[in-house]
Formats: sequence, structure tokens, C-alpha cells
Amino acid sequence: MKTLNYRIILFAFALIFGIVFSIPSITQSDSGKKITLGLDLQGGLHMLLGIKSEIAIESRIKSMAATVKYIFDDEEIIFDDLRIVDGKQITFELLDKDDVVKSKELLKKDLEGTVLGENGLKFTLEMTAEEVERTKANAISQAVDTIRNRLNEFGLAEPTVAKQGEDKILVEVPGIKTQEDEQRIRELIARAAHLQLMAVDEDRAARVMTMDENEAKSYGDVILPDVATSERYLLRQIPVLDGSMLTDAKVGFDQNNQPVINFSLNGQGAKIFGDFTAKSVGKRMAVVLDNKVYSAPNIRERIGGGHVQISGNFKLEEAADLAIALRSGALLAPVYIMEKRSVGPSLGADSIRSSSLALVLGFIMVVIFMIVYYGAAGMVADVALIGNLFLILAIMSLFGATLTLPGMAGIVLTVGMAVDANVIITERIRELMHEGKSVAKSIEDGYDNAFTAILDANVTTLIAAVVLYVYGTGAIKGFALTMSIGILASMLTAIVGTHGIYQWLLPKIDKNKLGFWFGIKAEGVK
Amino acid sequence: MEVFKYKKPLSLMSQSKRFGILSVVVVILSLGIILTKGFNYGIDFAGGTLVQVQYEGKAPIKEIRSAISHDKHYESASVTYFGSDDEIVIRTKTSSKALGEDVGDKMRALLKDTGKYEIRRVDMVGAKVGSELREKGLMSMLLAIIGILIYVSFRFEWRFAVASVMALVHDVTIAMGAVVLFNIEVNLDTLAALLTILGYSLNDTIIVFDRIREGIKTIKNPDLGDIIDESVTRTLSRTTLTSLTTFFVVFTLWMFGGEIIHGFGFTLLVGIIVGTYSSIFVASPILMWLGFSVSGFREKEAAKLKREKEKEKMRAMYENGTI
Repeated sequence: MKTLNYRIILFAFALIFGIVFSIPSITQSDSGKKITLGLDLQGGLHMLLGIKSEIAIESRIKSMAATVKYIFDDEEIIFDDLRIVDGKQITFELLDKDDVVKSKELLKKDLEGTVLGENGLKFTLEMTAEEVERTKANAISQAVDTIRNRLNEFGLAEPTVAKQGEDKILVEVPGIKTQEDEQRIRELIARAAHLQLMAVDEDRAARVMTMDENEAKSYGDVILPDVATSERYLLRQIPVLDGSMLTDAKVGFDQNNQPVINFSLNGQGAKIFGDFTAKSVGKRMAVVLDNKVYSAPNIRERIGGGHVQISGNFKLEEAADLAIALRSGALLAPVYIMEKRSVGPSLGADSIRSSSLALVLGFIMVVIFMIVYYGAAGMVADVALIGNLFLILAIMSLFGATLTLPGMAGIVLTVGMAVDANVIITERIRELMHEGKSVAKSIEDGYDNAFTAILDANVTTLIAAVVLYVYGTGAIKGFALTMSIGILASMLTAIVGTHGIYQWLLPKIDKNKLGFWFGIKAEGVK
Repeated sequence: MEVFKYKKPLSLMSQSKRFGILSVVVVILSLGIILTKGFNYGIDFAGGTLVQVQYEGKAPIKEIRSAISHDKHYESASVTYFGSDDEIVIRTKTSSKALGEDVGDKMRALLKDTGKYEIRRVDMVGAKVGSELREKGLMSMLLAIIGILIYVSFRFEWRFAVASVMALVHDVTIAMGAVVLFNIEVNLDTLAALLTILGYSLNDTIIVFDRIREGIKTIKNPDLGDIIDESVTRTLSRTTLTSLTTFFVVFTLWMFGGEIIHGFGFTLLVGIIVGTYSSIFVASPILMWLGFSVSGFREKEAAKLKREKEKEKMRAMYENGTI
């Protein structure tokens, strides 16, 4: 038999491959592909967000109503009683029969995905079912983009924002130091940043303190509170314009050196804003953010250029976060937490320490046990085990896989189970030696006899691991992953690798020293 | 070293009734305790919030409890030590949907005067996600069992598959019984542990079955009981040793792996002990009771061989152009 065989060469390659590619992860060097530590090990915030997509429909309807109003005003079509019913239907009435055809054409051109119903001069405008679905889907993908932008602008290292399933958003932010920081990030994510410029209903504003919601509704108005004081404002329900026409938002300072947010409108926004201010001199216009009134200054003259300022007793930090939120765009629909896991950095470090300790101790116990029980054969199994560990790390590094705490547990468990193949093989070899077979024959037949058992046993364990991977979530996936890689790698190291080592060692194995080589006393071995 | 030196087969199958009764009793006891006491679902499955807090020095658990009970939302919150006496966890059934201020932030405010502390972990699972996770968990168990049944039927015979799945249900039931008995919180990682037991228990059983399959083909004596005795005895060494090495590592995981994977380690520990027992004493007798017939199996194998030979012959004839 040749001493250098393809098995040992394959094993040597696997070992070198394992060591080379696991070095960047072990030394945590800056270059090379590394294993990412899961949030439970490095600390961070993991959230699964749900989205109230019905709100996106409502605000879409609102902005459609604003468009209707703008078109009619612009074309000097006289209309009355424009309002939103149940948050999903716009109704209005035309006063002049001659405007009907022209209005219908204009609305059809500017408002896609809607159905117009008419009853005499009374009209209803609704979104089509497809448009509703599209708006919902759009709200989710827009939320994903918006949240990602906000986290990026906030300057956080490598946040993950991804759509999960049909209507959920996964947010993972590593490296958060304190609870306060975490809360700030959550607030930034949750901020709807829904900016509206709304006209104050000056005709009825005096009565606002005694008016209730329903009465306001009947005039096509809403009542919104001031952000700081207990003051209430009676505002026209349909906004003049909203944040979708905003192009930039920056923190600035007013004459009292208080932080303010300056924002600019795009061309269309600036035009609408200019037209509105020209018509409304002497009246008030409210700057409304997330349904709270920040200021409601008097309009003294037409304001062109589209530069607007939001003041409100901001702290600098608050103003900065708000500017980020405005810049990155509004959330079309509010998000809420379905699941949240946050781990502080010190706990992550503790978890790494204790699970590494368990890994090292377990490993040492197994290694010593194998040598004590099987002698040199145990040592061969230990070499395979070390190869297995390096291979797991290397494969995970190459795929940039995430190592979680259960993932560590999976590796620890693999250490216990990977030697199983060698236990089975060595037991078979011993058996054959007791039967009086030669050393070479015992080894070859031992591997043959053991193979089906090892294969079937590994495949069944693999089935459980794969199911766990497919159905598991988050950290548990990590456990299934390391275990699956460990099982597959052990097929190479524990079966092929050790077989190669035996073939290479064969000429040196002394049949009179089987106590040393295989830990047995066997008589009459050839 | 050689502890299990093979001399003659142990006479296990003659005792199989006793093991059977023992197993049935333990399984019934486990089911009883599961049904009466019920699982202690953690927040992963029940929904709620868990806040882990570490104090500088001993955690003043009394003050913490009274501080928390000031807020009537958290009256039913439980506060317990976690691993050591400077660390506590607070568990409540409440979860908040708002991103701006969650239960963790509220706890931070409530605990303000209880000493110097650091909030190290806040886990919150909404009720809807909890029930989704529970469904997925059950589903994964079922799928794993079905997958294994199919594979074992394909590689062995249906009775082997049924026997191995029964042994596996036996192991998982007893492990679940232990989880309930020792009041271990059932979370996603407990589920992962149960699934691992599933794979592990099967792994053990398959090794024994593989030897029985081999014995059926090579041992002249067609008595199944004797074949099983011989095969189990032959694999006894391996079964015990592998269980031992796995036991070592799971034990270190349980002892030193930290409080978070404590429950995971414990579940595995029970599973490994029961799994080893069942692969020796439970799975094989079931095979016998299911009426597996050695001669029947041999005939079938022979028939299969014959069919294959005939096919080969046909193919040879076809290739030679005789047909």
C-alpha cells in the first residue's frame, strides 16, 4: 500500500484551507473575510417591525384630495363640499354643469388608479383595488428605504434593514452602547416625519376651544394640538402641501440662537406655496409635523422661493434627528414593534467568554478521553476533530455567516458528535482485530463496515438540522447552520481524513504494540 | 483501554418487557405532568417582555419589586435572580408596540432609585409573533419527524422507521416532561434543544439498527431476539462512548455556558441520557413487537436481488441483440 494516498492529501488540503480561511476570524484582522458576530454576541438592537399600511391609504386619499382642490382652484372650476369620507373616499359637488366634462378629464389625467362615480353634480372618487394594494406594497418598500436612509445618515455602522415576509421589516443595528442611544435610534426610526402645511380656518378659529372633533369634521376641518402648549388649532382638513415636495432639511439657528429646521420645497411645492401665501395674506398657516402644530405664523406677504422654517423649542440633538427624518422622507405608514431584542455590549462579551470556555473545556475533555481510551487511534480522531473545527470556522468565514450564541452551542455539540464517527470506526477495527484479522485488513474492513452506519446517522441528524434552519428564526438559524456545517465537515475529516492517516501510518503500526496504537490487548493479530 | 469487551451477547430481549413497562410508565408520567402543570412558556412563545439588569453588588430584589409595582401595568411582573445574585430578570406579559418608549425604557425609569445598575438585555415579543413562533415550532417538529420517517423507510424498512420514530417520541416526551418538572422556561432555544434530541436520539438508534440490518444478513440463526441481542451488545461500546463524549460537552455547556443557554444545556443533557437508554432498550424491542420477520426480510431481499439479476440479464441480452 502506498504511504502517501489521495485521502491524506485531501485531508491536508482541507486542513490548510481551514486554517488559512479561519485565521482572519480568529485574529479578528481587518482584512479577509470574517465571521460576523450575531447581535447576541456583539450587542445591538434587533427589531421586527409591523406596518400600519391602512394609514398609507388614508394619507394617499388626503393628498389626492389636496390635488383635486389644487386642480379646481387652478382651473377656476367652482366646487363645493370637498371632503374625505371614512378615510377612503373623496366626495365633492360641482356647481356648474358646464364644468363636468372638463373636470372629469382633468381628474382622469392627474389621478391615476382611481374610479370616479357621479350622481348628478355630486361626485365620489375612490382608489381602485389594485391601487390600494400597490399603495400598501409601496408603503412597505418605502419604509424599508426610509429607515435605512435614516440609520445611515445617523452614522451607525452597518445597520441591516430588510423586508421580511409580506409585510414585516427587519431592522438590525449592531454596536449600540447605551439604553439612551437605543431609545434615540428607535425614536428616529419611528418618526413618521409627516410634514404638512395647513391653512387655519380663520372663519371659525375663535370657537375652537369649545368645538369637538365631529363638529370640526362637518366643516371639513380638523383640530390639532400645539406641540408644546395646550393650545388647539382649527385647520382645514386638506393640507396646502405635504412633505413629499420637500427637497432638503437642515438645522439652522433663529435670531435668538435657538435651533430651527430650514427646509426647501421643490418647484411644484414652491409654486403651490407661493400661490397659497399670495391668496392668504393676513391669515395664518400652520406648520404641522406628525399631527402636531409647531408654529402658525401670520402670512404678511406672498412667499416665493419655497424656503420654510420650523421652529419649536428644539434641543440641538432633537433638531438634528428631525432634520434627518425629514430629509430621508416621511414614512407613508407608521411602523410598530412586533419583536425586539436588544443586548448590551457587556452581556455580549460575557456570552462570548462563557460559551468559549464551554467550547474549550468540552474540547479538552473529549480530546483527553479519546487518547486515554483509544491510544494513538484516539489521537488520530483528535487531529480530525481539530480539522473539523477549523473547517467550520473557514466555511462560515467564507460565506460571511453570522455566529450567534446558539451557534456557539452548535459548535460545542459538534465537537461531541464529530468524534462519533471515529468511535464507530475504531470500535469496528478493534472488533476485527479481536477476530484475528491483520492490521491492514482490520483497518480497511473497519472503515467499510462502519460507513453505512455513519452515513445514515449523519443524514438523519442533518434532516433535523435543515428543518431547524428553514423553520427557525434569528439566532436559532445560527445553531442549525453550525451544526449542519459541522456534520458535513466531519464526513470529510473523520472518515476520509483519518482513513488517510491510517494508510500513511500503516507501515509504522507494530502489531505487538496494539495497546499503544489502538488501546487494546489482542493476541494473534497478523 | 477497553471497557466493553465482547464475550457473549447480553440477554436483553428476554428482559424487554420490563424495559417496555418502565418506558411506558415514565412516558405516561411525563405526559401527565405536561398536561397538568403545562409548559412554562417564555416570552418567545407567550409574548411579553424580559428585562435583564445587572447591579453593582447584590441586587436589591425587594426594592426592585416594590419600585416596579408602583406602575400598575407591571403589578404581575416577576422579578427573579438570574445566574448570580447581582443579576436579575424582570418578566412581564406586557409588550408595547410603540417604538418611542418601550417597556425597557419604562423599567429604566422605574428602577432609577434602586442602585447602580446596567440594563443588559431587553427582549420583547408581541403576542402575534409569539403564536406564530409557536406554530412554526410545532410545524418544524412534525416536518423533521416526517422527513426522518421517509428516509429510514427508504434505507431500512417501514418497521425500522416506525420503531425509531416511536423511540424518538419516547425521548422527546420524557425530555419535555423534565422541562416541565424542573420549570425550565420554554423558548426558541428549548425548541432547538428538543429538535437536536430528535436528531441525536435517532442517530443512536440508527447505529444500532444498522448493526441489526447487518446481523440479519450475516448471522445464520434467524431468531430476531438473538440477532438483536448480538447487535446491541456489539454496539454497546460505541453507544456508551459517544454518549459519553457528547455528555461531556453538553455538561460543560450547561455548567459554564452562561445563564442564557442554561435551559438549552439542561434539555440536551436529559435528552442524551434518555436517548442512549432508548436506543439500547426501547427501539429494538419495538422492532420485535411490530412483528418484524427475519425470514420474511431475507426472502424479500433475495427477491429484490433476483429481480435485479434478471434485469441485468435482460439488459445484457438486449445489448447483445438477442432480444
